[in-house]
Amino acid sequence: MAQDQVASGAYASIPALLARNVKEYGDRPAYREKEFGIWQSWTWAEAAEEIQNLALGLLALGINRGDHVAIIGRNRPAHYWAMVAAQKVGAVPVPLYQDAVVEEMEYVLDHCGARFVICGDQEQVDKVIEVQDKIHHIEHVLYYDKRGLRKYDHSHLHWYADIQEEGRVAHARLEDEMAAREAELDYDSTCVMLYTSGTTGRPKGVVLSNRNIIESAKNSSEFDNLGLNEDILAYLPMAWVGDFIFSLGQAMWTGFCVNCPESADTMMTDLREIGPTYYFAPPRVFETQLTNVMIRMEDSGDLKYALFHHFMEYAKGGAGEKFGMPKRKVTTEKKTLEQKLRHGFNYAMGIGFAAEAIIENSIRLGFAKLRHGKNVRKHFKAKDPIGLKLYRGNLQEYFKYRCGDVLVYGPLKDTLGFGRIRVGYTAGEAIGPEIFAFYRSMGINLKQLYGQTEATVFITVQPDGEVRNDTVGVPAPGVEVRIEDNGEIFYRSPGTFVEYYNNAESTADTKDPEGWVATGDAGFFDKNNGHLRIIDRAKDVGKMADGRMFAPKYVENKLKFYPDILEAVVFGNDRNMCTAFINIDLTAVGNWAERNNVAYGSYQELAGHPDVVSTIQEHVETVNKSVAEDEMLSGCQIHRFLILHKELDADDGEMTRTRKVRRKIVEEKYAPLIEALYGGKSEQYIETEVTYEDGRKGSINATLEIRDAAVVGNTQGMAAE
Amino acid sequence: MTTDMNADSYVTEDGRTIGPVVMDLKNITLRFGGVVAIKDISFDIREGEIRAIIGPNGAGKSSMLNVISGFYKPQEGEVYFRGSKRPQMKPYQVAQQGLARTFQNIALFDGMTVLDNIMTGRLNKMKANIFQQAIWKGKAEREEIENREACEKVIDFLEIQHIRKTPVGRLPYGLKKRVELARALAAEPSLLLLDEPMAGMNVEEKEDMSRFILDMNDEFGTTIALIEHDMGVVMDLSDRVVVMDYGKKIGDGTPDEVRNNQDVIDAYLGVSHD
Repeated sequence: MAQDQVASGAYASIPALLARNVKEYGDRPAYREKEFGIWQSWTWAEAAEEIQNLALGLLALGINRGDHVAIIGRNRPAHYWAMVAAQKVGAVPVPLYQDAVVEEMEYVLDHCGARFVICGDQEQVDKVIEVQDKIHHIEHVLYYDKRGLRKYDHSHLHWYADIQEEGRVAHARLEDEMAAREAELDYDSTCVMLYTSGTTGRPKGVVLSNRNIIESAKNSSEFDNLGLNEDILAYLPMAWVGDFIFSLGQAMWTGFCVNCPESADTMMTDLREIGPTYYFAPPRVFETQLTNVMIRMEDSGDLKYALFHHFMEYAKGGAGEKFGMPKRKVTTEKKTLEQKLRHGFNYAMGIGFAAEAIIENSIRLGFAKLRHGKNVRKHFKAKDPIGLKLYRGNLQEYFKYRCGDVLVYGPLKDTLGFGRIRVGYTAGEAIGPEIFAFYRSMGINLKQLYGQTEATVFITVQPDGEVRNDTVGVPAPGVEVRIEDNGEIFYRSPGTFVEYYNNAESTADTKDPEGWVATGDAGFFDKNNGHLRIIDRAKDVGKMADGRMFAPKYVENKLKFYPDILEAVVFGNDRNMCTAFINIDLTAVGNWAERNNVAYGSYQELAGHPDVVSTIQEHVETVNKSVAEDEMLSGCQIHRFLILHKELDADDGEMTRTRKVRRKIVEEKYAPLIEALYGGKSEQYIETEVTYEDGRKGSINATLEIRDAAVVGNTQGMAAE
Repeated sequence: MTTDMNADSYVTEDGRTIGPVVMDLKNITLRFGGVVAIKDISFDIREGEIRAIIGPNGAGKSSMLNVISGFYKPQEGEVYFRGSKRPQMKPYQVAQQGLARTFQNIALFDGMTVLDNIMTGRLNKMKANIFQQAIWKGKAEREEIENREACEKVIDFLEIQHIRKTPVGRLPYGLKKRVELARALAAEPSLLLLDEPMAGMNVEEKEDMSRFILDMNDEFGTTIALIEHDMGVVMDLSDRVVVMDYGKKIGDGTPDEVRNNQDVIDAYLGVSHD
């Protein structure tokens, strides 16, 4: 392959990689998009021509070097081309979130000073026009989808295809200029500017160089052996660094095909039709899919239900990890004759053993039948119908897994659109162990990674075969990671961003002169396997009274993985032990109550039911055990807990609208309960004010039971060494 | 308003061209036995406009639409279509003339998929006979591909890609309405009749539907006649409005004229009979 022959330095920009792809794989598919019910495709050569025409068209409109070109729209090949076209003429593409409201868009467009905006459709054009009242540096707006835009004032508004046509006409005149600008691009010139989501304050424009993008794409592609034959589905927001790396960086580097869905609503159908081999999704997507599968299985016939549960249980018991994982693609040169022979020999021996086992068993059974009575025969019988166990323990398990593959895993994977997945990633937040195990046991190589925009995605990734649900893997190739004393994670890598655009102060705060970048997350390396574990945002990690680390989110997440537990709030900052409030999940626990004939009248009554409390206690104790495994965090075990009589609610100010607990407010509001938890009482009366959805206020009162949970090792009050 | 609406063609404020009269109804009277459903009504529909027919319940709006579509034969009066008097016709003949309609109570094939339902809208365009259909090669196949393409454009236009292969019976009400519109649109009508396109929809669905109606009119130049109860929608969408009450026409004109017409106000708000 080309990338092996030439050092990556030879291709110092995305346009250069595009030229290579045209030369090497010109007639292979580069982009597909479903439109009018059919997958339309473009080869690398065709795509390059589209890009070139657009680039020439932009030149004709008078684009300058270093101009910012904002791109707003859903994932479509034309929008990816627009980014490359901008790079070709020395401009910087700035993809924006298409669902941003006008105010957000106004800030970003103002901040980057874009002269050109390329929009997907009327919706985006309308937003840009609204913004133009206040921002005057936008000169030209292009749109791709004509619909509804015919009557608009076209003095500064252009149809994408018209600009391409203009470029085609001006080809001879502007070609030299374009070639010159393209040649100026080097490893340190800006490749793209991406805005952070801005959960804390204003979004910041992260400037990434060609080096960042190409090195990251190269390293990660090699790490996962991504090749020419991968198919990916581009459905994540284009403004997100992940999509930029997967759909542009890695696609350009390896030359694989990027598939764009027909619309956001058809994503699942399109996923199934394409069957990507390389896939990324946030945990939420996997969770929703799993829930759908489970609900549909509940409605299925008895046979299917039994088969599904039997084989899923079997696969989760370790067989999935053992036999299910897709074979790592070997990209070595031709096999030698000796290797071929050896392989053939092993294959033949395998078949021979299986055949021999079957024959021998049937003969033995045959003899047994002839010579002995029924009561004796059983001693001759191998334990299962064909006793392949006699020869290789693995073989029988292997066959069982393969049966499951034919009957359950295969069809299910196909339905979900995961039939061909070789590498799957999830990131962004913690994924539940049940969900993770479900997908992996089916033979989907789902892995976790940890990254951020400033690192061009990759900080740590899980290598094949070393996947766990509670770690985020080892440092990615080329990335150095170090942990500060307070637990904060720092990294340095070829992907480390250049700067925040027009914000030297933030740049200096985040990135030190040696290139180390603070992530703002706290974590530690697992001693046994060297994998990184993320605990929490560094600013939320506190200290207990005796100086041990207190990471509430880490414990809360573990608790929340139980379907019975909707929300948990752990206390312990500056205290000598940890305690917790727990909210039960009314759906899950209600379901349990119904099945077990437990009558209840209200949430409060169900939450106070002794059986429920005992179940939750079991969960808490299990979590304690798993928390105790990490020496650093063993102090975070929950000594005492109670189940709240009401759900924490955004209307009462206890949570944000995005369902994050407001710790301070909960602490103040339930002060008597906390006091009781630490005071050693076994129950506590509380009266709480609640706000109903229509704004009326009322109050509820309850006496809550407080339980002690078993902890591992007597950690209470013990000082860290 | 500065535009002369009596001219042969004029341009509206938002830049659409309204052409000459396509459908002219003259002194229509329709009786069912002794019941007079429509009494001596005359009005016209012009090329490219959105024409609304409104009125309280039982005013005869749907009957009027059925007269336009040629389903009812009025006892008195004449219907002129593109300048010539229209004789009584079979429904398929009306459809061939470029008329399509949707129904107040959805009339789709529940067991068929959305795509198949929309394809039925193209039946008039398919010329292959039963033998060619059976052999499938050649003409029939070509036709299927052409018509499928036309349907896909409609699907794309109405944004129903995600339910393309879903049986209609499984869809919620709002989407069924949209599918019905798609089927009508697939026939590439020059005059589209919509019988209460927004009945029973929530605000969001109404907004979507309004956008589709405007876009249809704008992109394909389709003339649209619609019956609707939602006054806000009617006043915003239509170029001209006919108001009916008890089978009689009590108002005709732009939304503003109609809004200020005393007879219309009386019909809607009620008036004391003394």
